[in-house]
Amino acid sequence: MDLWYSEYHTKDVKFSIKVNKQLYSHKSEFQAIDVFESKEFGKFLTLDGYMMLTEKDEFIYHEMIVHTPMAVHPNAKNILVIGAGDGGVARELSKYKSIETIDIVEIDEEVVRVCKEFLPKTACGFEDERVKLYFQDGLKFIRKHENAYDLIIVDSTDPFGPGEGLFSKEFYGNCFKALKEDGIMVNQHESPFYKDDATAMLRAHKRIVESFPISRVYQAHIPTYPSGHWLFGFASKKYQPIAQLNEEHWNELKIHTQYYNTTLHIGSFALPNYVWEMLKNVE
Amino acid sequence: MKTIQTQNKAPIMDALNDFITSRVVPFDVPGHKRGKGNKELTWFLGERCLSLDVNSMKPLDNLCHPVSVIKEAEDLAAEAFGAKNAFFMVNGTTSAVQAMIMSVCKKNDKIILPRNVHRSVINSLILCGAVPVYVNPELNQRLGISLGMSLKAVEQAILNNPDAKAVLVNNPTYYGICSDIESITKLAHRHGMKVLADEAHGTHFYFGKDMPISAMAAGADLAAVSMHKSGGSLTQSSILLLGHQVNPHYVRQIINLTQTTSGSYLLLSSLDISRKKLALDGEDTFKQVMEMAQYARDEINSIGGYYAYSKELVNGDTVFDFDATKLSINTLGIGMAGIEVYDILRDEYDIQIEFGDIGNILAYISIGDSHKNLERLVSALAEIKRIYQKDKTGMLDHEYINPTVMVAPQDAFYAEKQLVMLEDSIGEICTEFVMCYPPGIPILAPGELITQEIIDYIKYAKEKGCLLTGTEDLQTNKINILKGGH
Repeated sequence: MDLWYSEYHTKDVKFSIKVNKQLYSHKSEFQAIDVFESKEFGKFLTLDGYMMLTEKDEFIYHEMIVHTPMAVHPNAKNILVIGAGDGGVARELSKYKSIETIDIVEIDEEVVRVCKEFLPKTACGFEDERVKLYFQDGLKFIRKHENAYDLIIVDSTDPFGPGEGLFSKEFYGNCFKALKEDGIMVNQHESPFYKDDATAMLRAHKRIVESFPISRVYQAHIPTYPSGHWLFGFASKKYQPIAQLNEEHWNELKIHTQYYNTTLHIGSFALPNYVWEMLKNVE
Repeated sequence: MKTIQTQNKAPIMDALNDFITSRVVPFDVPGHKRGKGNKELTWFLGERCLSLDVNSMKPLDNLCHPVSVIKEAEDLAAEAFGAKNAFFMVNGTTSAVQAMIMSVCKKNDKIILPRNVHRSVINSLILCGAVPVYVNPELNQRLGISLGMSLKAVEQAILNNPDAKAVLVNNPTYYGICSDIESITKLAHRHGMKVLADEAHGTHFYFGKDMPISAMAAGADLAAVSMHKSGGSLTQSSILLLGHQVNPHYVRQIINLTQTTSGSYLLLSSLDISRKKLALDGEDTFKQVMEMAQYARDEINSIGGYYAYSKELVNGDTVFDFDATKLSINTLGIGMAGIEVYDILRDEYDIQIEFGDIGNILAYISIGDSHKNLERLVSALAEIKRIYQKDKTGMLDHEYINPTVMVAPQDAFYAEKQLVMLEDSIGEICTEFVMCYPPGIPILAPGELITQEIIDYIKYAKEKGCLLTGTEDLQTNKINILKGGH
């Protein structure tokens, strides 16, 4: 018998992973949560059937979404993370001694519980005592904060489920307001490759450009996400992502990473022509 | 009384289901023949939808003369709404309002009504030739909205016009404000007048708990109920309710004067199925809607600048009660017209709300809403305040202009007229409507005196971006006046 997990990356493209067994399956108040175990990718988490993370390639996503802004901001002490119920972002943040507070806002408490049970490799991030978890709507949380954070990391699901509000102009505007005068926001920026993903990506990009004076996009290769070509948004009130990269300082911290390094940091902002053109059209 | 056993039925839906399974060969209209005649139409609207778009026939009854399944469905609706009779309407609540008025008023009959009525009410007066006697709904100065009619003002109008045939009451207004319809009804009945209720925004009063009183419960004679708004049926479907003292057979004749003879079964079945849901789940549904509206109201009020109002407006008279499912928000505190906030919400934030006027916006909350979307609305309002907030001085803060009726609407509408520039029309008599749409409450109606104040108001509304409608001139730069003055 063959057991396969499949996700439609488009109506006509299917991505499948052979599964040993299903470890968890339940519909929470917000979404369907499933955890599978596979030979190739280890354990992996899906929400509403969409791949969120696998044990094998999550490091790429989490390192890129955390270390890129952390190597630019000279003194990030108060961090807000939205989404990120798996703990991976917290795990990477906890590598910085200079950080004072890590507020994580996750709408679905069940995701955190499930990750703690089945995905300790990322959920270990929650053990850091600087982490404070808030189970509520990210849009609501951010609305009530002003001039409070140095860095906001938006680790959202796709814009078609509970994460929809995290791709809206009102959300980005509220993030701007919640950041200090030299704050940075990074976000999961979808993929430029397939048409529907690209449309969502451009919508998000346009709204970020309207909300922040500096708005750049960087990329990484994430094998289990649609097309594997994934983007991140770097929006900032003051710092440029390359000109103000503190290369020396970051390397002195001697943080162990498997994907990120400061040379790749610079290179990740070099985008393919077709992506450049797409972005330019909405800027 | 309504019972679960009977309200569980949906006779029109059942008849349509039976009809589909019987695979009758269609040699009748509609010509698309269950969608087979137009593939694109069928693909676009769905096969199921096209297969249900059928004509009146024996097993499906006839809307103009209902004797079987439509009759049954209407009887169930009457039971559910606590009315003596109910008519399913397929030409919008506009047609229900018209039928209601034309059932009690003939040419030159007087009807007492507040000025903040929907255009369909005054349109009916043009059709039947009745003459309006306006009761000034008091104005809330801070909000710039018209309220309900005070009992005293209605009484005065009745005493001044003892020959009036009826009193019309908004239950509630677009903004959620209710008059004391029960006392008004008693008063009107004592003077031999009928009471008509425009309940375009009040379907839920019949099913929710802790709601303002419904027209039928208040003893009113006729009520036009927009099922397609809070009732959840398809757009354009509506119900006309009758109390005990109205002859239903005469009302049906009036309805048939203007109603289509090809009533849509999509609309009719949507009324039937929605009535069933309201009767069975309405109480829970509107409890949730009320909670959502209250949540949003509290959050919006905590932003500051905005004022999302509710039952605190109740004053026992011109605001006898308030419909707390309505999310009406005054925007003047952030120095912006409601219509400006309405436009920014749509253009910048992809959020479509029901309407914006000079000082307010209305976000329509229903069972189809989620907290996720409410958060978006609240957050967008917070952002609009942060980014666009202006000084409040210079904001026009009144909406109600007392009309001076010079000529009956019908006479003015059909009279010889002359098209002049707005600014040249002061002192003349208007022969057409001018209104912002939505909400569709006339600034000027046929037969009324045009004043400087009215022209200023029209210009201000245009400048703020309100969509002005009603005049022949689509740009509303010119206006039709009574030829030869008065």
